[in-house]
Amino acid sequence: MASDFGTAIDIARSVRDGSTTATRVLEEHLARVDAREADIHAFNLVMRDEAMAAAARIDADIAAGKPVGSLAGVPIALKDNMCTRGVDTTCSSRILEGWKPPYDATVVTKLRDAGAVFVGKTNLDEFAMGSSTENSAFGPTRNPLDISRVPGGSSGGSAAAVAAGFAAASLGSDTGGSIRQPAALCGLVGVKPTYGLVSRQGLIAFASSLDQIGPFTHTVADAALLMEVIGGHDPLDSTSLPGDAPQLSAVLDRGVEGLRIGRVVDLPEGSEPEVLARLDAAFAALEAAGATIVEVRLPSLEYGLTAYYLVAPAEASSNLARYDGVRYGMRVDAPDLNAMYAATRSAGFGAEVKRRIMLGTYALSAGYYDAYYGKALKVRRLIADDFAAAYASCDVVLTPTSPTVAFPFGDKTSDPLAMYLCDVFTIPTNLAGHAAMSVPFGAGAHGLPVGVQVLAPALGEETMFRVAAALERAS
Amino acid sequence: MSTPAGNDNSRADRVLDDAVVAKVARLARLNLTPEELALMTEQLSGMLEHFRDVDRLDLSGVAPMAQPLPLKNVMRDDVVQPGLDRDEVLAAAPAAEDDRFRVPPTIGFVE
Repeated sequence: MASDFGTAIDIARSVRDGSTTATRVLEEHLARVDAREADIHAFNLVMRDEAMAAAARIDADIAAGKPVGSLAGVPIALKDNMCTRGVDTTCSSRILEGWKPPYDATVVTKLRDAGAVFVGKTNLDEFAMGSSTENSAFGPTRNPLDISRVPGGSSGGSAAAVAAGFAAASLGSDTGGSIRQPAALCGLVGVKPTYGLVSRQGLIAFASSLDQIGPFTHTVADAALLMEVIGGHDPLDSTSLPGDAPQLSAVLDRGVEGLRIGRVVDLPEGSEPEVLARLDAAFAALEAAGATIVEVRLPSLEYGLTAYYLVAPAEASSNLARYDGVRYGMRVDAPDLNAMYAATRSAGFGAEVKRRIMLGTYALSAGYYDAYYGKALKVRRLIADDFAAAYASCDVVLTPTSPTVAFPFGDKTSDPLAMYLCDVFTIPTNLAGHAAMSVPFGAGAHGLPVGVQVLAPALGEETMFRVAAALERAS
Repeated sequence: MSTPAGNDNSRADRVLDDAVVAKVARLARLNLTPEELALMTEQLSGMLEHFRDVDRLDLSGVAPMAQPLPLKNVMRDDVVQPGLDRDEVLAAAPAAEDDRFRVPPTIGFVE
């Protein structure tokens, strides 16, 4: 639910012009946390005292006539895989429980400098591996729109925090759909920026060639503002793109006249009919607004799942080798070093994380590398080539974000592959390194929200946000 | 891939058998219980079976794509910059001694 103070943009304006205070805004959000957090479990940690102090500082700056940033007094939640100096950062894993990072992620520094107030660290599937937030070591997050259902994942806590009105906006991370899918299932806007546009410094790595940080918001305009704050080159991230953050707020009212919107004729099957009906409605709305619909083929899209579930676990098995009980987090004592490594990792990681480490280790191991990891990298190239061919004839592509609306707890936990299929439409973007976002566009089965996904080529954010804004106006 | 005889958990049609999965667990520094090993063999075999869908594709002449950007090594000038606070870093470690991480013996044992 949106704040009584309006959108993030409204809140920042009201705090700046003195019609409210950062403290009053924060108190309203904390009151909602007090009322509903026990049912939702959006947070691993509510940063009540730190948030009150930050809000007081902003109010003092405004009273003293000092300049404040574009997010002054806006309560924001952070996925608990982003480092916050001196504040617990767990990745929803026992292996990092109690760890306090000695530095801030770049996005944390940028948000704080812009005047954001951090409400808390949000729950996720352990190390961002999952599509329902059921894999958290600290228990699942519930969907605020129907608490018998999942919020999606892996950034389920960040989505739920905004949907429940605990924060005006939040940050998640998206490796194969972990922002867009929960945004769709919770009725929010969720953005996966072009790879390299937002710094990954201080984002605890899952799959480094796929991970990107992005915002959850109620509106497209709020998402544009957050992108302007968190984007831009960072010398601390060697995969950071050169250049400043794109200025997206200015393009939102430009409309879609003359834009070419791609409709995928060979879309992978398995979507709920209501989801496909909303996608059709989205095409009709854009056509009515002056866009042209063109048919495109993405024949290798259906192989994205295989490429992703080899590439991502392979990178994860390497990235998660660092959790060995030496430098941070949990240690299970054993008489020698190798036994200590294994005892610590076996006790500290949950079942899904172990499964992916095993899959990745196997795919990279001698004798199997070419058959699995090597082949997956070639399929990844085919997918990128397919997109390049499609974008020769269209500006953006529209697909569903998720094949289904929010599903009940336990629906897919016994079959890992069924859970992985939640990501069939979101994974290809990460493999290609492109931009994509989910925009709420009406309701599907059980009256639950449906998200439409706008896909754009690398650094196609301006066009993507224009289309998203047009969909928002039509919904 | 061999399928050891007399193992209830191994089936000829599985992509993986318990011995391979146990070896991968050793490489990954994970101790699996017999139940975890059996479940892992079954689930990973199912996934790898699904992943054979790409065998339909002609991948000859396709260049592998390890990451999305045409990246080159990023270098900076070799000048001293502030780093992390040593005490703060060591305070987060499970065990530290004399400004260093403390670990169990690394020699004198057999893996």
